[in-house]
Amino acid sequence: MTEVVIAGIGQTPVEEHWDTSLRELAFNAVQAAQADAAGLRPQALFVGNMLAPQLSRQAHLGALIADFCGMTGIEAFTLEAAGASGGAALRAGYLAVASEQVDVALVVGVEKYSDTVGAEVDAAQMTSADSDYEAVQGLTPTAQAALLMRRYLYEFRVERSALAGFPLVAHVNGVGNPNAMFQKAIRPEIYERAGMVSDPLNMFDVAPSADGAAAVLLTRPNLLPPGFPQRLVRISGSDMATDTLALHDRPEPLAFEAVRISVGRACQKAHITPLQVDFFELFDAYSIYAALSLEASGFAEPGQGWKLAQGGAAPAAISLQGSMPISTLGGLKARGNPGGASGLYQAVEAALQLRGQAGPNQIPSAHRGLIQCLGGPASTVVTHVLEALD
Amino acid sequence: MEISRHWRLRKQRYALVGEVCPHCESKIFPPRDVCPECGKEAKTPYQFSGRGEVYSYTTVYEAPAGYEENAPYTVALVKLEEGPIVTAQLTDLGEAPVQIGAPVEMVTRRLRQDGDERGMIVYGYKFRPVLAGPQ
Repeated sequence: MTEVVIAGIGQTPVEEHWDTSLRELAFNAVQAAQADAAGLRPQALFVGNMLAPQLSRQAHLGALIADFCGMTGIEAFTLEAAGASGGAALRAGYLAVASEQVDVALVVGVEKYSDTVGAEVDAAQMTSADSDYEAVQGLTPTAQAALLMRRYLYEFRVERSALAGFPLVAHVNGVGNPNAMFQKAIRPEIYERAGMVSDPLNMFDVAPSADGAAAVLLTRPNLLPPGFPQRLVRISGSDMATDTLALHDRPEPLAFEAVRISVGRACQKAHITPLQVDFFELFDAYSIYAALSLEASGFAEPGQGWKLAQGGAAPAAISLQGSMPISTLGGLKARGNPGGASGLYQAVEAALQLRGQAGPNQIPSAHRGLIQCLGGPASTVVTHVLEALD
Repeated sequence: MEISRHWRLRKQRYALVGEVCPHCESKIFPPRDVCPECGKEAKTPYQFSGRGEVYSYTTVYEAPAGYEENAPYTVALVKLEEGPIVTAQLTDLGEAPVQIGAPVEMVTRRLRQDGDERGMIVYGYKFRPVLAGPQ
């Protein structure tokens, strides 16, 4: 395939943006990405968003955001794949540029959870599950993760506290990210004492849903002027896979097959094995999903993923100093979980690492990273391999 | 109100009617017309026994809109004795803690209100513990 690069990145802080509307939030990220890319103008816009039709009573985001960003007339539409909407939008932008049908693609992820408050928000999130057979039973996305966590602890005879390392590492990393929702480390005792949300999941096992927008500009390197001011980041592998929508239809619910398949294919396209990446921006919407994603991606055997989160005398494998850093700028747990925008935050953060712009969280000589987002319990998985272009 | 959607699902919700594959004998719930095991057409209705065991469970404390009346409630993955796993609330739990592997049986219960107090009531399957001893 033709080479596709990220030429510009932009993001807003992740928080409850009470004063900022959906269209303004998207515009802020777009404006930042265009400034970062020396004013590159796109021919197409791909929007990643999950819940605007329910929470903001606003669908048709392609036309809205193109219009509001002063790009009226360009090709524009939304991609939706629950929590993987951002990744799906990135994949669509990648395919458009790689196919040479589009020269410059703008990909924006945006989510405004705070436009609705209360139990309606939980009800809206349930649309990512099987409406007829899961949601009707009162199964929330958090309850789905809890079912998996309980089964994992049972099958592999692991204590709850084994998963504590995931939120702990994420929060340590959030300290160095000025855009993160939480920029404070948490103590292990706090994890142990946290209240149950959906047992055995406690408050710190769940990434906080919040508002945010992030954007990237994609193009082919030969289209950029000489002396382009940014270090380019190449998308060297892109893949997407689905599994059964409903958790109960999986032959092996803990296997996260779609993770295994999309990582395998994305890495194959990038001519690498997964172990050759320098960091992994995985989808830690829940601590158990981090463990299962590591296992299905090939970084640990089934039931052993929790071991990568154990620190002590040596730093945990998943920490910035470890052998496979994850959530390097806070991940979903500390940077926040802005729904359909998450996949774009992962792309922006990976690009910062690969450009050498990650500040105190910089992984030395980061050359290649894996980014991955999940829709539901890995019912949809989108994986990209990013590389610094030298 | 989503009358037509709930009406279409009544055989599944009230009677746990799925399908059996005429080619490989697999039991299928929910019905999906194509057998997930052998990939061939499978439209023969099959009445499940309603017996199963708990595969996993969790108690939901923060209920979404429409389910607040019932909170906190326990939702589970129940492995039916014929093979498929279903998502369902557990009911009639009493004081005894739930355990993975516990035998359960299907009952029909109220799932939620659809719309306001003049809307329809949505009924469906839940599962209760099978008690030891004469019943």
